[in-house]
Amino acid sequence: MNTPRSGGGARTVAAGPVAFTLNGHAVSVDAHPMARLLDVLREDLGLTGTKEGCGEGECGACTVLLDGAPVCSCLVPLAHARGREVRTIESLGGDHALQRAFVAEGGAQCGACTPGMIMAALALPEHPTRERIRQGLAGNLCRCTGYEAIYRAVERAASETVATPGASAAAEERKP
Amino acid sequence: MRPALGTITLREPRTLRDALRMLRDEGPLTPLAGCTDVFVQINFGTLRATEFLDLSRLAPLRRICEEDGRLVIGALATYTDLIRSRLVRRRLPMLVAAAREVGGPQIQHRGTIGGNVVNGSPAGDALPVLSAADATLVLASAAAERRVPFTAFYTGYRASVLRPDELLVAIEVAPVEGRQWFRKVGTRAAQAISKVVMAAVRDGTPRIALGSVAPTVVRLPRTEAALAGGAAIAAAQGVLAEEIRPIDDLRSTAAYRLRVATNLLARFWADTAA
Ligand SMILES: Cc1cc2nc3c(=O)[nH]c(=O)nc-3n(C[C@H](O)[C@H](O)[C@H](O)COP(=O)(O)OP(=O)(O)OC[C@H]3O[C@@H](n4cnc5c(N)ncnc54)[C@H](O)[C@@H]3O)c2cc1C
Ligand code: FES
Ligand code: FES
Repeated sequence: MNTPRSGGGARTVAAGPVAFTLNGHAVSVDAHPMARLLDVLREDLGLTGTKEGCGEGECGACTVLLDGAPVCSCLVPLAHARGREVRTIESLGGDHALQRAFVAEGGAQCGACTPGMIMAALALPEHPTRERIRQGLAGNLCRCTGYEAIYRAVERAASETVATPGASAAAEERKP
Repeated sequence: MRPALGTITLREPRTLRDALRMLRDEGPLTPLAGCTDVFVQINFGTLRATEFLDLSRLAPLRRICEEDGRLVIGALATYTDLIRSRLVRRRLPMLVAAAREVGGPQIQHRGTIGGNVVNGSPAGDALPVLSAADATLVLASAAAERRVPFTAFYTGYRASVLRPDELLVAIEVAPVEGRQWFRKVGTRAAQAISKVVMAAVRDGTPRIALGSVAPTVVRLPRTEAALAGGAAIAAAQGVLAEEIRPIDDLRSTAAYRLRVATNLLARFWADTAA
């Protein structure tokens, strides 16, 4: 799948596998640097938790964290993950406070938007106001819930005492 | 349909100098910044280019600093960078206001001001701000660097004086005197493409720029002159209605846009009254 590239040597980043950190583990993928990060995650790495909705940045279903910041993986070339940290829904393991809260509040119906919603919510500060939650999830569309249940789920997760793994992403976001 | 990856190449230079040499010697190449415009076009097969040049490793192009009294914003600064920058908040608050209304957080983290300028959509939210601030664009090629006033950059719908061997490297803004104002009118705050967007500065001679009402972002010299000459706001609205010719399209109608634009002018004037 690699294509020949000119201008090689030290002037450019070396061709070949793209190495990055995925959910805390070092990975290296032999895929095209212009492949969508979304496809590489789903097809090359077998992590199908990240969903595709629109393929144009509008719906947020494909949201992952790149160095702690939510991005649409359908608009990220694999090359932009090189040497960086990517975090997907799989890193939550299934029993994360946000996942439990989405179930408890009915924040997930068809579930297509849920992984993206949760990844965007992870980047929120620890005790977000309703307004801050709205802002933080403004890039994520849901056709089922009407959003209220989703906002409640995020509030419920935030009210659970112990610091969640999301806190590190939130700290990242607050940096000057 | 997305073109087959096998037909696509990506160059990933580590320095600006190498990037500019590649543009000169190996072009034409399509630069990649945050990819929020380019990847949409690639994913939908509307972009025919197959040779790309990644700018994302050129860290110095992401800097925001002060130089000789001017605010200098690197072309790779993202909307999130602009929102978080103390310097931009202090010197160009209308740009922060614009950045906050671009897309959602995912787009703000990736989209760059340089991409907004070069993409050149008449609805680009940063563009009226740069126009009203009388910003200067710094364009670089392997051979030379040149400075172009923002208001002289576009030559038509998504067309500009940027040459294929050049990159936009920075945007310079001299101190802006007077009160700054920004307003975007779309269907909803996040993710919406502007129907009408206005940025303006209230000074002795006000500076007013509008997006989404013409093939490029426009300044309103006649409206500005009328207000500077002491015209009442109703009269100035009349001048504005003569000065722009918005169009009907998918997102809105000409009559609605004109109405919104004249309303925005009155809002600007009232909001910035001493
Ligand atoms: C869901 C969604 C919502 C959006 N909402 C808004 C919105 O509300 N307001 C708005 O204004 N825009 C919006 N956009 C459009 C887009 O995000 C912005 O225009 C953004 O600023 C583009 O920057 P980028 O870095 O992603 O550009 P890219 O996609 O990387 O590049 C855009 C163009 O500029 C060229 N280019 C980029 N940088 C340079 C450079 N330094 N020198 C020379 N050429 C360069 C590229 O070759 C390309 O032609 C939205 C896009 C999406 C997908
Ligand atoms: S699939 Fe990426 S934003 Fe919709
Ligand atoms: S639960 Fe179906 S789209 Fe959100």
